[in-house]
Amino acid sequence: MAEELDIARLRHVRRPHFGRIAAIVAILIVAFLLVRAFAHGKIDWATTWEFLFWPTILWGLFNTVWMSFVCMAVGIAIGLACAVAHASTNPVLKGAAIFYAWFFRGAPVILQLLIWFNLALVFPTLGIPGLFEFKTVVVITPAVATILSLGLNEGAYVSEIIRSGMLGVDRGQYEAAKAMGMTNGTALRRIILPQAMRIVVPPLGNEFIGLVKMTALASIIGFGDVVRSAQDIYYSNAKVIELLMVPTFWFLVVVTVLTLGQRVLERRFGRGFGTGGAR
Amino acid sequence: MTRADGNSSVTPVVSAVKVGKKFGGHQALADVTMDVMPGEVVCIIGPSGSGKTTFLRCINQLESFDSGGLWLDGELLGYRRVGEALHPLSDKEIAGQRRKTGMVFQRFNLFPHMTALENVTEAPVQVLRRRRDEVHDAAMLLLDRVGLAHKAGAYPSELSGGQQQRIAIARALAMQPKLMLFDEPTSALDPELVGEVLAVMRDLASSGMTMIVVTHELGFAREVGDRVVFMDQGRVVETGTAAELMSDPKEVRTRNFLKTAFTRG
Ligand SMILES: Nc1ncnc2c1ncn2[C@@H]1O[C@H](COP(=O)(O)OP(=O)(O)O)[C@@H](O)[C@H]1O
Ligand SMILES: [Mg+2]
Repeated sequence: MAEELDIARLRHVRRPHFGRIAAIVAILIVAFLLVRAFAHGKIDWATTWEFLFWPTILWGLFNTVWMSFVCMAVGIAIGLACAVAHASTNPVLKGAAIFYAWFFRGAPVILQLLIWFNLALVFPTLGIPGLFEFKTVVVITPAVATILSLGLNEGAYVSEIIRSGMLGVDRGQYEAAKAMGMTNGTALRRIILPQAMRIVVPPLGNEFIGLVKMTALASIIGFGDVVRSAQDIYYSNAKVIELLMVPTFWFLVVVTVLTLGQRVLERRFGRGFGTGGAR
Repeated sequence: MTRADGNSSVTPVVSAVKVGKKFGGHQALADVTMDVMPGEVVCIIGPSGSGKTTFLRCINQLESFDSGGLWLDGELLGYRRVGEALHPLSDKEIAGQRRKTGMVFQRFNLFPHMTALENVTEAPVQVLRRRRDEVHDAAMLLLDRVGLAHKAGAYPSELSGGQQQRIAIARALAMQPKLMLFDEPTSALDPELVGEVLAVMRDLASSGMTMIVVTHELGFAREVGDRVVFMDQGRVVETGTAAELMSDPKEVRTRNFLKTAFTRG
């Protein structure tokens, strides 16, 4: 009994976090070694700094950014259509959506880029014979080939992400929406998709970040992205690593901005769900 | 138009004639026939799995049925009659028919991403294309009617079960339905919250709303129900006034059910 009374007076000691301390020490050591290596290594940081805001680099950065947004927009439009088609009771629509995702997720992106870019070899002209026709080599510029290949490829991934989001919405929500007299379209737009967004935003942000970096592949078909700009410069001045650090820096900046944007969206669509959600 | 009892001159709000429904090989509804007259409150009781939910879902066409016919306010549900054939209605036409009924679910099914007020205004704005400001005032009146005007800005996750169900009732009323369907509206609630929901329903019944209520609250059925229908194994076993059915059931199955229901409650 005396012991029980005594216990109220004793001090509560915090649990020691040995793991955290060890991790901090390890990280500091690695960081120190890395910084030292790069500081003494054969990188001329002044050159990197000099080219960071070089006009052709900024132009390439602009191309990378707009291309990413356009491809993502195409991907979301197609992905949404496919996700809805997949959930449809119409077996033809459903089959088409499944085939689409299978095909564009299956073939490597680099092949899709090359195939679109070389479409002229298969179809020398595009259009409806007699009405209008274009020479394929004129229509399919590097930018168009990139939009087609990355956009269509992205659509396949986004459709699966949106589909999983829709499956995550309770069945009772469809029923309540229908019982209120909503058509399928209204129920999707107002009730199902806004709730699916909460589940969809984190993996979609992930996709977008992956896509931004994937645009660098488009340099192989001659699209003037930021990597291509850096390469053009080091071909003439031979400062290879210094110039590769330039797009690296810019990619980190873009990805950081996108990550912040993702947080904002998560909060917006988390409203009413307790997590992440002030009003 | 076919009616269960041919002698009435008033159009029933609901007229079910030999409605049948199978899930796979399982007969969930068999020859369910009943009329519900304007202003009437019909309570459906019966053991779990007897087809009560399925019947309500057929009335607002969340479920299709395989045989028989259902009329809502004199209008054949789900089909258009052309000569001797019945042609199924389009998604849009069915949505139009559903507007006449309001449904209250056992698990509330409020829209979690919308505030209480937005839940109530959503369908009038999106489905009836009414102006948002005009709908707003009517919605506030409805929230006030269920005693929750002060919770207009709250999200469902911030409300108790009883409050959520009252919002769900207000949401259904916002479409000005001719008929309200309740599927065990108090079964998912903590016992102390049942009363507040029943009070709203009692108020609704006395305002003259036509209601079909699936419930295990026999007290409510006795007090508010004009008629009580006992269902078992997909069939209507017995129908009568609440007093008749509960004090003097004719069928053995009804008697047994009431006995277990009372000893349980
Ligand atoms: N979607 C469904 N698929 C298959 N069987 C179902 C489905 N819905 C209901 N049933 C079956 O139909 C019968 C009636 O169910 P229900 O109408 O929910 O009964 P109650 O509401 O009276 O408990 C039950 O046997 C149930 O298992
Ligand atoms: Mg049920």
